[in-house]
Amino acid sequence: MSLGRLLPFIGFALIVALLVFGLRWNRTHDMNWVPSPLIDKPAPEFTLPLLYDSTMSVSRKDLLGKPWLLNVFGSWCATCQDEHPVLMAYARKFGVQLIGLDWKDDPDTAKRWLAQFGNPYETILVDTDGKAGIDFGVYGAPETFLVDAQGVVRYKHIGNLTPESIARELEPAIARLRTERP
Amino acid sequence: MKRIVLIFVILLAGLHAAFAIDPLPFKDRAEEVRFQNLTRQLRCLVCQNQDLADSDADLAKDLRRQVFQMMQEGKTDDQIKQYLVSRYNDFVLYDPPLHAGTWLLWFGPFAFLALGAFVVLRILRKRSRIPLATDTTSEEDW
Repeated sequence: MSLGRLLPFIGFALIVALLVFGLRWNRTHDMNWVPSPLIDKPAPEFTLPLLYDSTMSVSRKDLLGKPWLLNVFGSWCATCQDEHPVLMAYARKFGVQLIGLDWKDDPDTAKRWLAQFGNPYETILVDTDGKAGIDFGVYGAPETFLVDAQGVVRYKHIGNLTPESIARELEPAIARLRTERP
Repeated sequence: MKRIVLIFVILLAGLHAAFAIDPLPFKDRAEEVRFQNLTRQLRCLVCQNQDLADSDADLAKDLRRQVFQMMQEGKTDDQIKQYLVSRYNDFVLYDPPLHAGTWLLWFGPFAFLALGAFVVLRILRKRSRIPLATDTTSEEDW
């Protein structure tokens, strides 16, 4: 058989291979995942009131000097509820302060939610109108940002943190910050 | 009876549209058209196959309000797009800009077209080289 005759079959096999690759890619990649343009850029400016003392507020500048984790959550968000036990278990193990951003939420409902499920956060900021969330490029809670001591965003996780994703991505990212520290 | 059902359906559809598009205080028709045009070029991040103009998602409402507010502040369309791209990536634009990361997206189809044309040309040339007398062999080729 000549190569010329095989050519259509080779072409067909290539197209099938492309299809299989596409299907695999779809299964292993989250199609809703949008990479953040904020990685390795300074975290956006914000000044937000505290959930448990609305007369006090915290700004980006107040948090400089120490790395921090920002976890965007809301009492209305079902996935946040799935993530919550993981945060409760890991909050002390991260070795960096965990800051909550109560996003587009009613503060009183949030307080009740935290009273019921526990509060893993060191500090909780309130973003009722969602403006700070937009500045951080949040499009679906929960989302988690790792910000270094210089106020630069180093890592972002979209969706709920799981023990697997923490071990695979977040903990190595925190470890990298530690090795950089003078 | 049919007519009543029809009227009901039309009313229902109208009601839905009224809920989807939150009323924004446009000062004139031109501003409203500009807003509609702009939000049609922007993607809703939550329901990713909808544009910002059509989406009923909560975040889309917030972003529409943000776009409207920036228009009131006298920002240009490009400035508003840049504002969203710096937060949500090129992904918010339905029309992706041309840069190193999007070359494959922009030129990939043309590359495939060129490849196809090359293959077809080769086959045609090969066929034309076969003399007409040996028609049977060329038929056998397929």
